Amino acid sequence: MSEHPGHSAHTLHEHIVPVSTYVAVFIALMFGTALTTWVAYHNLGRWNSVVALIIAVAKMLLVVLFFMHVKYNKGLSRIVIVGGFFWLGIMITLSLSDELTRRWEINPAPFNMILPYISHLHLLF
Amino acid sequence: MSTATADIHEVPAESRVHYLNARYGIKSWLLTLDHKRIGLLYLGTITFMFLIGGIAATLMRLNLIEPQGALVEPETYNKLFSTHGIVMVFFFLVPSIPATLGNFLIPLMIGARDVAFPKLNLMSWYIFVTGCCCMLYAVMTGGVDTGWTFYTPYSSTYAHTSVLLAALGIFIAGFSSILTGLNFIVTIHKMRAPGMTWFRLPLFIWSMYATSMIFVLGTPVIAVTLLLLGLERILHVGIFDPALGGDPLLFQHLFWFYSHPAVYIMILPGMGVVSELIPAFSRKRIFGYSFVAFSSLAIAVISFVVWGHHMFVTGQSVYAGLVFSVLSFLVAIPSAIKVFNWTATLYKGSISYQAPMLYALGFIGLFTMGGLTGLFLASLATDVHLNGTYFIVAHFHYIMVGGAVMAYLGGIHYWWPKITGRLYPDLWARFSALVIFVGFNLTFFPQFVLGYLGMPRRYAMYPAEFQSLNVLSSAGASVLAVGYVIPLVYLIWSLKYGPPAGPNPWKAKGLEWTIQSPPPTENFEETPIVTEEAYNYPTVGGVSV
Amino acid sequence: MSDLAVHEHEANPTGFAHQFEDLEQQHDAGRLGMWIFLATEILFFGGMFTSYTIYRSLHPAAFDIGSHLLEVKFGATNTAVLICSSLTMALSIHSAQTGKRKGTIIGWLIFTMLLGATFLFLKFRFEWYHDWLEHIMPGFGFVYRPEWGANGPQVQMFMCFYFFLTGLHALHMIVGLGILTVLVIMAARGRFTTQYYVPLEISGLYWHFVDIVWIFLFPLLYLIGGRYSTGGH
Repeated sequence: MSEHPGHSAHTLHEHIVPVSTYVAVFIALMFGTALTTWVAYHNLGRWNSVVALIIAVAKMLLVVLFFMHVKYNKGLSRIVIVGGFFWLGIMITLSLSDELTRRWEINPAPFNMILPYISHLHLLF
Repeated sequence: MSTATADIHEVPAESRVHYLNARYGIKSWLLTLDHKRIGLLYLGTITFMFLIGGIAATLMRLNLIEPQGALVEPETYNKLFSTHGIVMVFFFLVPSIPATLGNFLIPLMIGARDVAFPKLNLMSWYIFVTGCCCMLYAVMTGGVDTGWTFYTPYSSTYAHTSVLLAALGIFIAGFSSILTGLNFIVTIHKMRAPGMTWFRLPLFIWSMYATSMIFVLGTPVIAVTLLLLGLERILHVGIFDPALGGDPLLFQHLFWFYSHPAVYIMILPGMGVVSELIPAFSRKRIFGYSFVAFSSLAIAVISFVVWGHHMFVTGQSVYAGLVFSVLSFLVAIPSAIKVFNWTATLYKGSISYQAPMLYALGFIGLFTMGGLTGLFLASLATDVHLNGTYFIVAHFHYIMVGGAVMAYLGGIHYWWPKITGRLYPDLWARFSALVIFVGFNLTFFPQFVLGYLGMPRRYAMYPAEFQSLNVLSSAGASVLAVGYVIPLVYLIWSLKYGPPAGPNPWKAKGLEWTIQSPPPTENFEETPIVTEEAYNYPTVGGVSV
Repeated sequence: MSDLAVHEHEANPTGFAHQFEDLEQQHDAGRLGMWIFLATEILFFGGMFTSYTIYRSLHPAAFDIGSHLLEVKFGATNTAVLICSSLTMALSIHSAQTGKRKGTIIGWLIFTMLLGATFLFLKFRFEWYHDWLEHIMPGFGFVYRPEWGANGPQVQMFMCFYFFLTGLHALHMIVGLGILTVLVIMAARGRFTTQYYVPLEISGLYWHFVDIVWIFLFPLLYLIGGRYSTGGH
């Protein structure tokens, strides 16, 4: 089946991740958990949420790359997972684009700044 | 495609084993893992659901003959249009082409023995049937009156009808969509025959791939939205109740995140079918293959960023409205690419007007009208006038019925000889295609006018001045209904009395036409090796022969 | 999903299904299928996360109050428990890959299941049950407390999201335990070899995904309400 377009020709040999890598990732994840809990008790203002999310994303990447072997599997699985998060991003961004601007005044400051310019646009046509 | 095409000789279907006669009995159907039989199971189920939705539509149109309502109470009318919408959208249009023709054709077209996960495929059908039963039970136990959109807080707080059951039915049927989409994506990626490269795939496969993307990425959101709706309805915790700090518009955001792409779940497979029909009956290679292929993917992606155009007048921020309006116009680009490429394919083609082609040509015209009127609605200012009127009803019926259903019928007619091994009477088929086209336009064109004049949708009554147009529309609906019954009759007739079709009655290209009709259970006796691109029709001096 | 793939393989001892050309094609298909399923799951939980984000931005004070009703010690412990279970899951696959005795594979799997059960026990017994006793379970005798002031309904909304998100997550854990049970049976029958461990692998993907969901739920629900203001509980 070497000419099969759907998959590569080589026989089954998966990359076997050494146990030491798993343990290292495990320790990093535990450290991340401790860190995020510790940080939550310190007042960083609005940065608390940001730090918590950054740590969560870092932990997720560790799980995805090593436990889920994405670091060693190129191609489709990466596209699928990036696609999933991209679509999640679409949902959050565009929903928030409404929720966060719904209470704006009719002409908020940034809009007022460009208004004199765009209000004369029709003269161009 | 395969060079072995010429070797296929007609073998009478009775004298050999194929997927229909390999095993008999009800159990052989209910426990089948054969993608072809599962496709037929879906065909039966959705035809039944189409009938239910159709009856509801008929009653609505009858009621609207008179301004005061000729037939039913306003409450009943509300339930009729809700039932019509929910059944037609979630239980007919969404699974229509993918679950029937898609299931039947994807393995045949890519040269595979089956889909990647046959048991999952059968399970999808059972899940779908469970969803259908839930919905039918909801209809029988008082119906649902929220409209197919389930807008909160009406659905969550005020409606006293079977909202939960109907939502549960949609929730369950959604898993069938997800699993079907998953199955198709894996099948298309991993099961293609040797030599069947991505750019040799029939365009139907590309469109099914794009549809499956929407299935997989959109459907889970409607699932969770309906869960939230159920939670709010049972517990009244204020998720969508402004009095408790909730936001009804959040429901609309989540709902349309799925339900706008769902429109493309309905139309993309139709576009795929038409992309098969046009080359086959023009005897010509499709014009701009890769443009048509990638425009399917582009539509699938863009469909997810335009949902706010359903919310221009529901209280959404005008700034978000601006963004959504601009993004909505983007969908016109890949859609127009397709229409232009189909038209260019016709140019200098050797066109024959058999029944499937009539449906395909009808599709192009009606879809174009539906698409162009969509631009009115994507524009913020005109939408303020047209939103909530019959203009919208006409617009989306031009897409969903004039587009999706026409393509579905075209596809059924095109592949019917492959599915059953029998030919239907072509004259009747052409006649019914014409009846459907005329009936459809008579039904829905007056609704454009009605909407523009300001008649709102979803009311059992209307001012007397709208009566003549409404009567016209109802008359068209009866013509349309007759048009739908005729194929039902002669297709069933053909099962027993139709002349044998032979492997390739249309002399079309594509792997599915290289095997016997009906196909053997294993599809291909040996895995085909593909050496040609799709639609490689012979030409003489640049002109199709 | 993987559950089905598992049944697929029970039909014959080699685990090979007729529609494929060879085992590798079958393995690739199984893996891709699970990845796509996980993409679906991202959007499924994503709908909840989106709603949560929006309401958190609308009612920051109430959500802070709600967040303080949760106990960080259980959230943190459960995070650690799940991370351990991800490690043991990875090690069970590793022992199949390297051809260890089936007892080793089963051992890691059962260890994983025990950790999963521990998570659920802590969640239900020390958090949900406790919340129910304290009347902060929406729909089950939720009582607004005077110190919340006008924020009562929105605190209830936070708790609603808390129960819905952790409930869906717990449901996924329970499904995961079912899958692991099937895997233990398959392992006991000696199904897994160095050449054939795809059911283990794709079930592992699912298990790790459920872990990732919790990795986000923990900070979102327990932590970003600003624990510093009261010094925690």
